[in-house]
Amino acid sequence: MNRDNIVIEAHGLTKRFGTFTATDHITLSVCEGEIFGFLGANGAGKTTAMRMLCGLSKPTAGTARVAGYDVATEAEKVKRNIGYMSQKFSLYDDLTVAENLRLFGGIYGMKRSEVKAKTRDVLVELDMVATLNQRVAALPLGWKQKLAFSLAVFHEPKIVFLDEPTGGVDPVTRRRFWELIYRAADRGVTVFVTTHYMDEAEYCDRVSIMVDGQIRALDTPARLKETYHAASMYDVFYALARTARRGE
Amino acid sequence: MPMPFIVTCDTLAKSYRRGKVQALRGVSFEVAEGEMFGLIGPDGAGKTTAFRILATLLLPDSGSVAVDGLDVVRQYAEVRRRIGYMPGRFSLYADLTVEENLAFFAATFGTTIAENRHLIEDIYTQIEPFRERRAGKLSGGMKQKLALCCALIHAPRLLLLDEPTTGVDPVSRKEFWEMLAKLRVEYGISVIASTPYMDEAAQCDRIALMQDGAFLTTDTPRGIIGSYKQRLFRVRSGRMHALLADLNEWEGTQTAFSFGEAYHVTLAPGKDEADLRAYLVSKGHADCDVSEAKPEIEDCFMALAQTSEENEPR
Amino acid sequence: MKQFSAFLLKEFRHMGRDWRTLLILVVMPVVMVLLFGYAITTEVTQTRTAVLDPTHDYLTRRITDRIAANPFFELTATCASAEEVDALFREGRIDLAVVFAPELASAKAADASAVVQLLIDGSEPNQAAVRQGYAMQVIQEELLTASVASGEPVTDVSAQIPLINVSTRMLYNPQGKSAYNFVPAVIGMILLLLCTLMSSISIVREKENGTMEVLLASPLSPAVIIAAKLVPYFVVGMVNLLSILCLAHFVMGVPVEGSLVAFLALSVLYIGVALALGLLISTLVSTQLAAMLLSMLMIVPTMYLSGLVFQLDAMPLPAQAVSTIIPARWFMDGARRLMIQGVEVRHLFTNFMVLGAELLVLFGLSVLLFKKRLE
Repeated sequence: MNRDNIVIEAHGLTKRFGTFTATDHITLSVCEGEIFGFLGANGAGKTTAMRMLCGLSKPTAGTARVAGYDVATEAEKVKRNIGYMSQKFSLYDDLTVAENLRLFGGIYGMKRSEVKAKTRDVLVELDMVATLNQRVAALPLGWKQKLAFSLAVFHEPKIVFLDEPTGGVDPVTRRRFWELIYRAADRGVTVFVTTHYMDEAEYCDRVSIMVDGQIRALDTPARLKETYHAASMYDVFYALARTARRGE
Repeated sequence: MPMPFIVTCDTLAKSYRRGKVQALRGVSFEVAEGEMFGLIGPDGAGKTTAFRILATLLLPDSGSVAVDGLDVVRQYAEVRRRIGYMPGRFSLYADLTVEENLAFFAATFGTTIAENRHLIEDIYTQIEPFRERRAGKLSGGMKQKLALCCALIHAPRLLLLDEPTTGVDPVSRKEFWEMLAKLRVEYGISVIASTPYMDEAAQCDRIALMQDGAFLTTDTPRGIIGSYKQRLFRVRSGRMHALLADLNEWEGTQTAFSFGEAYHVTLAPGKDEADLRAYLVSKGHADCDVSEAKPEIEDCFMALAQTSEENEPR
Repeated sequence: MKQFSAFLLKEFRHMGRDWRTLLILVVMPVVMVLLFGYAITTEVTQTRTAVLDPTHDYLTRRITDRIAANPFFELTATCASAEEVDALFREGRIDLAVVFAPELASAKAADASAVVQLLIDGSEPNQAAVRQGYAMQVIQEELLTASVASGEPVTDVSAQIPLINVSTRMLYNPQGKSAYNFVPAVIGMILLLLCTLMSSISIVREKENGTMEVLLASPLSPAVIIAAKLVPYFVVGMVNLLSILCLAHFVMGVPVEGSLVAFLALSVLYIGVALALGLLISTLVSTQLAAMLLSMLMIVPTMYLSGLVFQLDAMPLPAQAVSTIIPARWFMDGARRLMIQGVEVRHLFTNFMVLGAELLVLFGLSVLLFKKRLE
């Protein structure tokens, strides 16, 4: 982790829909190679905040710079420099593994030779070389998920956003998946991740907890547990999210 | 004499696409009246198929299922009166309001909200402020509560809840299970619920750990943890990422999984705690912290799932 | 009954919430009637006409005068030779030519067919047919007057003047107002589009949203589900039928010559067939997109094989054979005859029987295929 190089920086980031403030003045900074856990109850405003950081939605107020670009005015450059993976893996089920990788390489303007070499590297790392010409639909869930992550970082973005990447996955595969995250972070990739598994919150370098559109706590898991006199991140989360007023 | 079992399920098997996909491979279990039974396993374990057979929506290839003494194939119409079913995906009318949804589902069972209001009182008071709101505009947690109300409104004998807490935040999840526990205590409604979250297992009287269409084990949560026979160590050090890599490299490690802020490690036969410490110190983890850990449901699941794990690449 | 009324209430609520779609459903027929009636008209005005009259006798002059006086025709040329007529056609300067034989005046009316020739630009068949009809009518009337004047007894007009075998369509729609024929056609199209497409989508939507799973796991019987799903579209179908009828009758002046009750009965039967078709489609597919495509697949041949776009008797035999199972054909034919010709109901026995049989078969098939489980 390189603490001197801040790659995500938000100041008073706010999004209002009519009279409803989905994201209310959030301020945070994430440094290169950090694994940042972005937690919050349903409806706390996580998705809205993440959309703004990915350049998909314009902030109503406040500023944010991601990978050095302003999310409001340089959204296209932001998108080029980040990777994104949602729970509904963004793979094409009816294409083969190789075709999926080639497609994403193409979307980010990678050269053909580059794509080819990278495809090999990725599949060797995932131990999935044999699946090169298999359709994604036929792969087990765990494999798809790992492949989806590899796609999100295929164009070597500085930052990758993961939106509940491990929902519904078995415990072993979930942990293997986190090993991929660790490896990416060790390579210097910044990982911004949301999850409903509180044990996964412990795997993060730092964690923020959103309640009613605001960040109520932001620190390392260890210090948060200390502050809230809690035994686990679950208890920290519970103590904070219980105070939520917003019913939706 | 009351029926001792609300559900008896005998060697239930089901496959799709002419046997190419085995969803259930001969599953047997009983659920006692008033019991809270959990089906716990990852996506693709066969939980949804089991629920659909119980809810008379799918026909089993072989085996038999009785709900409240009624055969789910032959007496499906009567079974449907006695169950409340909540499918895994959101299955309410997004364009109808909270109240309209509830009134509609009450009417499909020939009852009214007023008639069974007492059953849903606690849950409904939480969503009642939004009763004029369209169901599609509710948050995840609220939707789940409304869906539960809709499944409960006809006072069923058995509730079938397929992954009611998936995608729901930990606080709402906890509340949801507390509601179920209350229903069971106050009205004697039996519940079968599934979840991919292992930490919810403790909320059930008995659980079945499921993977690849088969039960790994069926027991009380305490019983399952009690049957975990291996010694389990909790390991930490200052360099966590490197620690995991080192643990995975060592031939003395049988399994090493991250578990909250530490790793849970089991050792290969013939290795003990001292060997582990010595190895870690030799790898530069002089500050390592090794202690014996109590297993959790997730440890048990992973130990039981080891055999099928071998098919998965690392 | 309570289940049914609750379900019905829900269906009407869905409809009301999606008011944009509802608006389209209600406005579309009106627009279509106006569009077909006024814009895409086959009504013909300003038929540029040439006359080739080598004799210039009393009768041919009278016919020529009548054509010239008729606002429908515009006498643009008087030719001296067949070549000249031919040239005018090629240059696209005339639509119709009346060619008299030299001996017309002396000829008996019975032989006249051999001596008056109508040449029509057939590149646009619908217009050509209308022009032919008009021209024949004018000539026929004049010949009739002439023969009456000449003191020959007139007992039966058609026997008297075999000169022009006036087409049936023109006979019953003497002014050639195209809107008349389009009204039954538009009703046939709209009802099919609405009842088949919308009812299948509405059922399949429950499958796609997962609500069907809950409905099936409840004690609701398939009969209640089916009935409650179809009734709202039956109502909208009736509303459309009546609005088109009122619009056609009161605004466009289309007559209802025959029995209104019989017309409505035929329409109800047709709506039933359309709904049954929608129901059948909904049992075959599981996504709204597939339901839409399959419905369109049903509707497109209907347009071509029902007589709406192309004349049925001009089609090759296989196409005609296929058209006999197209419900729209029987409805449009029956409706046209009832509304415009004023035919008695007993002549429409076949139409009622075919639609009735189709209703039973389609509905029976869909009820058999309607799954009470998920597989």
